[in-house]
Amino acid sequence: MRELALHILDVLENAVEAGATRITLTIEEDSARDRFTFIVWDNGRGMPPELADRVLDPFVTTRQTRHVGLGLPLLAAAAERAGGGVQVRSEPGKGTEVSASFQLRHWDRAPLGDLPGTLLAVILGKEGVDLTYVHRVDGREFRLDTAELRQVLGGVPLTHPSVRRWLQEYLQEGIAGLQRPFE
Amino acid sequence: MPKIKSLDDLRRIREEAQQGLKVRLETGTRIIVGMGTCGIAAGARDVMRAILEELDKRKIDAHVETVGCIGMCSCEPLVDIEQAGHARVTYRNIKPDMVPRLIEEHLINGRVVEEWVVGRLPAS
Repeated sequence: MRELALHILDVLENAVEAGATRITLTIEEDSARDRFTFIVWDNGRGMPPELADRVLDPFVTTRQTRHVGLGLPLLAAAAERAGGGVQVRSEPGKGTEVSASFQLRHWDRAPLGDLPGTLLAVILGKEGVDLTYVHRVDGREFRLDTAELRQVLGGVPLTHPSVRRWLQEYLQEGIAGLQRPFE
Repeated sequence: MPKIKSLDDLRRIREEAQQGLKVRLETGTRIIVGMGTCGIAAGARDVMRAILEELDKRKIDAHVETVGCIGMCSCEPLVDIEQAGHARVTYRNIKPDMVPRLIEEHLINGRVVEEWVVGRLPAS
């Protein structure tokens, strides 16, 4: 995967597949500490400790459709080659938290990529899942909570074409606003 | 400079959207994009975006959803189209530049694009 946004999408889709109704994505970019981290928390079905300890092994998966699970091992490889790593904490019936860290200015750190596209795929792709997204770049913050948006929208779904367009532009503007002009 | 989007814009959208909402919620068309690790790595996110843009452009109402891996990783990105009263058709190896033809042929002209089909489920 060539973008961190694709890894983030993969972890978010894992949360959806685990039956989560609430997902939180927190992204922190900290120039002073030279760190890029993202954390995905979900309230899905969770995993027992013996499985959570082994999910970075590509030959471990809960799926019946195939015998390999490459998403988290690929993320771990991407993080490790950029001076970071991946941690998975999980509890059955409570949920799962995946955190990944990278050296922000590492030569091998993939670019963030199309984050609005990633968020839209998750927000529009499954009804009944609420996503809180918090993104901090050197102290500036952009936040979006689909539960709040649903309140504003009354019965109008997030998938309505006009809402979809608003979401896309809101995310693009919000994320672009976090980036400091080149110094 | 473009105006920054705000929640006030969203409130205005709600007022306008509630007019045609009943019709929209009753649309019988679902488009399902495989978004497992294999689908993502093969470009499913960009395919989904192309589908949403094409539906917007042609003013077609359809529910676009995602689904995890179904075990046909080499055929990703997979796109299923399901319409009330018709078989659910699964298309294989769909790229963003194939989407306009897919939408036009399947949804507008009512013709399945046979050379891209990998499977069918009979109408329920």
